[in-house]
Amino acid sequence: MGIMKIDGYPVEFTDEPNILSVIRKAGIDLPTLCYHSELSIYGACRLCNVEDDKGRMFASCSERPRDGMSIKTSTPRLVRYRRMLIELMLASHYRDCTTCVKSGDCVLQNIAHRLGVNSVPWGYRERRYEKDFSSPSIVRDPDKCILCGDCVRVCEGIQGINAIDFAHRGTDAMVIPAFNKHIAETNCVNCGQCRVVCPTGAISINTNIRPVWEALADPNVKVFAQVAPAVRVAAGQGFGGVRGENVMGKIVAALHRLGFDEVYDTTFGADMTILEESKEFLEVFKKGGPFPLLTSCCPAWVKFCETRWPEFVPNISTSYSPIQMLGSIAREYYADPAHNQGKKVLSVGIMPCTAKKAEILREDLKRDGKQNIDYVLTTQEMITMIKRAGIRFDDLEGEAADMPFGMGSGGGVIFGNSGGVMEAALRSLCEGSDRAEIENLRNSGVRGPGPLREFIFKYKGNEIKAAVVSGLAEADALLRRIKNGESFYHFVEVMACRRGCIMGGGQPAHGGFRTKEARKHGLYESDINTQIKKSNENPTALAIYDTLIKGREHELLHSHRH
Amino acid sequence: MLDSSFYTKTDEILSKYPAQERSLIPIIHEIQETYNYVPIELLPYIAKHIGITETKAYSVASFYERFSFEPKGKFIIRVCDGTACHVRQSLPVLERLRSELGLSDKKHTTDDMLFTVETVSCLGACSLAPALMVNEHVHPAMTPDKATELLKELREEASKS
Ligand code: SF4
Ligand code: SF4
Ligand code: SF4
Ligand code: FES
Ligand code: FES
Repeated sequence: MGIMKIDGYPVEFTDEPNILSVIRKAGIDLPTLCYHSELSIYGACRLCNVEDDKGRMFASCSERPRDGMSIKTSTPRLVRYRRMLIELMLASHYRDCTTCVKSGDCVLQNIAHRLGVNSVPWGYRERRYEKDFSSPSIVRDPDKCILCGDCVRVCEGIQGINAIDFAHRGTDAMVIPAFNKHIAETNCVNCGQCRVVCPTGAISINTNIRPVWEALADPNVKVFAQVAPAVRVAAGQGFGGVRGENVMGKIVAALHRLGFDEVYDTTFGADMTILEESKEFLEVFKKGGPFPLLTSCCPAWVKFCETRWPEFVPNISTSYSPIQMLGSIAREYYADPAHNQGKKVLSVGIMPCTAKKAEILREDLKRDGKQNIDYVLTTQEMITMIKRAGIRFDDLEGEAADMPFGMGSGGGVIFGNSGGVMEAALRSLCEGSDRAEIENLRNSGVRGPGPLREFIFKYKGNEIKAAVVSGLAEADALLRRIKNGESFYHFVEVMACRRGCIMGGGQPAHGGFRTKEARKHGLYESDINTQIKKSNENPTALAIYDTLIKGREHELLHSHRH
Repeated sequence: MLDSSFYTKTDEILSKYPAQERSLIPIIHEIQETYNYVPIELLPYIAKHIGITETKAYSVASFYERFSFEPKGKFIIRVCDGTACHVRQSLPVLERLRSELGLSDKKHTTDDMLFTVETVSCLGACSLAPALMVNEHVHPAMTPDKATELLKELREEASKS
């Protein structure tokens, strides 16, 4: 608590962890290249430097605010210093901005522009390293790396993976996997969180835009899309829209305009996941184990469990993730000539997630050797396509998703939030449609801040001990406690990305605290505005049990992982 | 693939240190002392033993110049190409050494594992420029001919031992 002066104006601070946060709160957007509020402080880029009244320069991200302090953020000396830092960075940067994937969305480029760096006195650097296309999810381009270390800290600190790290020194210094292996040969789980924090084009999404666009142009191919819950509260950001606003209607319209024959809602798939997973849970619960049942929706988590905690793999639910549910059921639907009209059918998932690009390739999710989904495009790729086609997103009139897979419950919509899968599953166990009971569950602790939440749900006189965790380092610690007998749960939801899929690796980047909160509330609000709250009351989902998938639930809706 | 003697030796080294991250540098150092280089295959093995990721082990090991992942020759010749040495013609010395030994900027070590030729940026012996070092020993005021002579002497020394 206290008051400090920033550029002559008094600013109050409370629990801000560093001066940089106070400066930003005061409405001044200091440029930074190595500060993310949820990562450890690294203090490498020095762009956030400020001056105190004695003329001392220091990094504002690395110091606590003190009462009575007075600092300046933009003296001529600071401005010169910042410009020089960027010039030095650019001198050793492979600057092919016009053809760089990150152009226009690049933090380095933006800062250089803002600071008026219009020339670099020290010449030009040629390409030195090959790009790494080995992963279906992310592309590494080390020539674009400015060694800020953000990816290293998120991969190691938040995800507990450490697939990439600094190597070598001096002018040879790089951020690479051990032994300069391809990223696909490491323990990388494809979460794409490194790509979200990377300020440059050094880590980007491995894009599948081209084949999808070719199919859209082909009159002999019927192309359908499904749109995941988290996409709708983030896509607007790509068009300068309001943070966290649900723009599903416009997305559907834009996709129709791009040539998608049908646009479905993955929320339907989420309801199917809940129907199957809650059945599974009740079976395990009645049998008395093995506990905990672990959720299966997040492919980055599943891969993490397989590589780090193989002993827990049998605890993972076999129910398909929502995208697979819809993909598998739609495959069945389009096998009928009445629906495919003699055309080839292409199934596309629009996802907030880079790991889904890897999930669709998994052997245990194929049927008759064929994938359930042909391509996954991330939210970011969808935004790129809409822009490339010149469609004015803002001007679109919203459209409803197509039937029969265009309708989902409120439970399905909140899947995109950490805690959403658990809440939807437990909501389906609530008796009837009693609002009070749904309300109780909402306030049970399943929602809320923090990467780990533990709570108890009362079910027919029994207590269900549940936990919700996001971020794999946190999940790792949780599994260790379970293994050591320090913690016990019946049911655990794990999502690899902190806060869940709303902050997935394929979402528009540059999401600060307010963006995160806005996306979360956007989904909870969509739930409020949905009439059907419970997955097990979705009429289309219930109907297909008697028709399309009758007697084939296990074949069509479950992984044969184990 | 390394033969099992490497792992036996490594086990011996590992047993001297507590199994924790802090032991990494002393362990790699001892491996370097033992083999004159750090066989890269040992890093995941060491990492696992002390409970860190192989990425961390590689990150640390590749940072320090004194650790080398390539086997080095009996004589490590470090030719200085710092400013002082450079202006006093260190490059012809380097070129002579490389051409006599069939080495280049890609290939640093002779197949008989006798010589490794590297460049360094300053040996801290600028008044003796152009200088080079053979293992721990500085040779001042080098010329290409003196370099040829030096190789002859080193070969003789090697054949005696
Ligand atoms: S995708 Fe995830 S696991 Fe892979 S390198 Fe990036 S942060 Fe690490
Ligand atoms: S890859 Fe990107 S995030 Fe990682 S160190 Fe380089 S510039 Fe920073
Ligand atoms: S939490 Fe969601 S977005 Fe992140 S990796 Fe898992 S499924 Fe993908
Ligand atoms: S943000 Fe403070 S040093 Fe980079
Ligand atoms: S420059 Fe060669 S010893 Fe200093």
